[in-house]
Amino acid sequence: MAPVTMLEAIRQAIFEEMERDPTVVAIGEDIGVYGGAFKVTAGLLERFGWERVIDTPISETAIIGAAVGMGYQGLRPIAELQFIDFIACCFNQITNFAAKSHYRWGAPVPMVMRGPSGGGVHGGPFHSANPEMYFVHTPGLKVIYPSTAYDAKGLLKSAIRDNNPVLFFEHKFLYRRIKEELPTEDYTVPIGKAIVRREGRDLTIVTYAAMMHTSLEAAEELAKEGIEAEVVDLRTLLPLDKETILQSVKKTNKLLIVHEDTRTGGIAGEIAAVACEGAFEDLDGPILRVTAKDTPVPFSPPLEERFLPNKNDVISTARELAQY
Amino acid sequence: MSQPLTREQHLDLYYYMKLNRMLDEQLVRLFRQNVVVGGLYSNLGQEATSVGTAYALEKRDWIAPMIRNVGGLLVKGYKPRDILMQYMARVDSPTMGKDGTSHFGDIKVRHVVSPISMLGDLVPVMAGVAIGGRYLGQNIVAMTWVGDGATSTGAFHEGMNFAATQHAPLVLVVENNQWAYSTPVAKQVPIHDLADRAKAYGIASAIVDGNDVMAVYQTTKEAVNRCRAGKGPVLIESKTMRMKGHAQHDAAEYVPKEMFKYWEARDPIARYEKYLTENKIWDEKTKKELDARIDKELKEDLEFAEKSPLPPPELAEQGVYCDGCHTVEAVWNRSKAEVTPPKSSVKPEWEVTDFGGFDLASTMAKQSAAAGENGGKDARIISQGTHKNTAHKPQQRPNGGAAKSAQHPARNFERQQPASQKFKGQKSPSQRMMDQKTNGQPEKSSAVARVPFGRGPKGKEGRK
Repeated sequence: MAPVTMLEAIRQAIFEEMERDPTVVAIGEDIGVYGGAFKVTAGLLERFGWERVIDTPISETAIIGAAVGMGYQGLRPIAELQFIDFIACCFNQITNFAAKSHYRWGAPVPMVMRGPSGGGVHGGPFHSANPEMYFVHTPGLKVIYPSTAYDAKGLLKSAIRDNNPVLFFEHKFLYRRIKEELPTEDYTVPIGKAIVRREGRDLTIVTYAAMMHTSLEAAEELAKEGIEAEVVDLRTLLPLDKETILQSVKKTNKLLIVHEDTRTGGIAGEIAAVACEGAFEDLDGPILRVTAKDTPVPFSPPLEERFLPNKNDVISTARELAQY
Repeated sequence: MSQPLTREQHLDLYYYMKLNRMLDEQLVRLFRQNVVVGGLYSNLGQEATSVGTAYALEKRDWIAPMIRNVGGLLVKGYKPRDILMQYMARVDSPTMGKDGTSHFGDIKVRHVVSPISMLGDLVPVMAGVAIGGRYLGQNIVAMTWVGDGATSTGAFHEGMNFAATQHAPLVLVVENNQWAYSTPVAKQVPIHDLADRAKAYGIASAIVDGNDVMAVYQTTKEAVNRCRAGKGPVLIESKTMRMKGHAQHDAAEYVPKEMFKYWEARDPIARYEKYLTENKIWDEKTKKELDARIDKELKEDLEFAEKSPLPPPELAEQGVYCDGCHTVEAVWNRSKAEVTPPKSSVKPEWEVTDFGGFDLASTMAKQSAAAGENGGKDARIISQGTHKNTAHKPQQRPNGGAAKSAQHPARNFERQQPASQKFKGQKSPSQRMMDQKTNGQPEKSSAVARVPFGRGPKGKEGRK
């Protein structure tokens, strides 16, 4: 099989799940006739018809609300947010309706909310955001943010088959930039399991999404200087795989967290607390983080470059940490 | 076409309304004894709206109640003990103490979706339930209630617009109880009839005397039939009155005393008792028997509720996620082959018939027709009782005084056809109008000129 992009892997997951299970339906803005703003759902309407591929008005609250309702009917809707930034429009439906449903009255909401996220493509303040932490802070939700085509496909399948509301972030910078050969047979990747992408003995870099690739590149350069960094890809942010994080920290004794999300309230803070609670005595240095600046995502290329963390930031912070 | 009710059904309506009220009174007593945890939201005065609407549904249909729709929950088969224990935060309540009030539901057996406190959010959810049911071939109708205040929310609008574009089998009951907490409806919404909202969505609507359970039932039944026939959503405005404050802590001193007096004279249960007596559907003995049954059931349920303990603390940490504790199952009433390839495959193209060009002459003609005929091109209006009559001269209400808003229903309701007249085989006005199938044609019967947006004293003359 020829290698496929992450975008194609996501498309395959949706197609295969809709093929496998007629309770899987898709709903969102411009997903049908047009095939989605990024063409993730191209061909879906043609194959599965108007009842299963629902083009909606520009109404994010209606999209998520209707998906919750269809979930109560035993369907498994996949709701697309055209850009994940627009998820703010339906925050109430997600955090108050969907997230609390099972806890309050035992009604599961089997629903996936997916959409393109992240910066690096000059999308400006409203088409580049990483709003994952609003939802990581909401019990009842699951939050997935894959970094590879293989994981994107396998995790999306798991999300569709899950009985809970799952947010699935698709980093748009990675959509067409990474390619991978995928298995021909059906496979899933479990939700809530991080993975060690690169083994190392000197320090642990915990990261996810596009920053996973940045971190790997940085690790290769660091290796030339004799610093062997272990790179842990979270893949799922909620529930957080504390075990894999702690295992790695106990091995390398140093922790660096890298994320594209803004600094204050980013998941780095949570992971630092996890490390302090579970591996304090194993730590040989401060817990450091490389993140985006605490600003909205700016538009113009030099501004966005300044905003986003990059390979050099990772390298210099890792060097600093390695000195302990 | 709605069927006349049997005697049993007539008595059912009484039973549920009276049970709703007696339960309300019981909860007030418990509140005063400090047994109710948190706030208590009275249903007083709105029993006919809750019961009459829910009673028009079939067992397979879905509801999502709001805080004052305990009557609907009772019709759907919940027991007073469920509501008592919710308010008392006991472990045997439907939510095991995780939530209170009417915030509970049951997907599989009773088809009840739990509300959340944020208003309007049930509308898109129930639109999803409705189209989900249609997808599965269930031929169900979904119904939810919103208050007058909730019609101001974005979720209400998004949900109604989405339901309309999907022709979803959704009945939306706008329970206009005149007050959104302390703010009168005139200060919430700059139109007199909330049913007018329906025009913006091109869907059918009706206005009903919300304190007349027979009118509520018949109107809802028509709406439900219409939905089930695939004709899209219906919005029913039920004009009623919240007879207490927002919750027990609120003495409702902002409500003019005459307004309470006005509505007390139209108490839904007293009115229905009179109706049952006048139409010889019951006698004093039957009433006594029913009241005794209600007393007995309430007493038993209270005993049960009081015996139920508060939940064990460790329950707080359980059930955040469904880890297989519940199954997600769709109930298919159609062949899955219809929605799977190759049968599901379509040509992915829009059909666009109106090219949207601006034709001045025909636009003006349409506008003038709409202004004169009480509706836009695609607004199909069904009407019960007062709706036709609401084509009164629009009022100037610069400050929307509460006392004034109290006067409007008086005029409307006095003109209303007595409910009893409608069950002697003749067609109700709404039925006649539905038969006409207006289909965009101006309704000839609409005599009084109306100005779009419902404001200002200008008739057609004034506009010119």
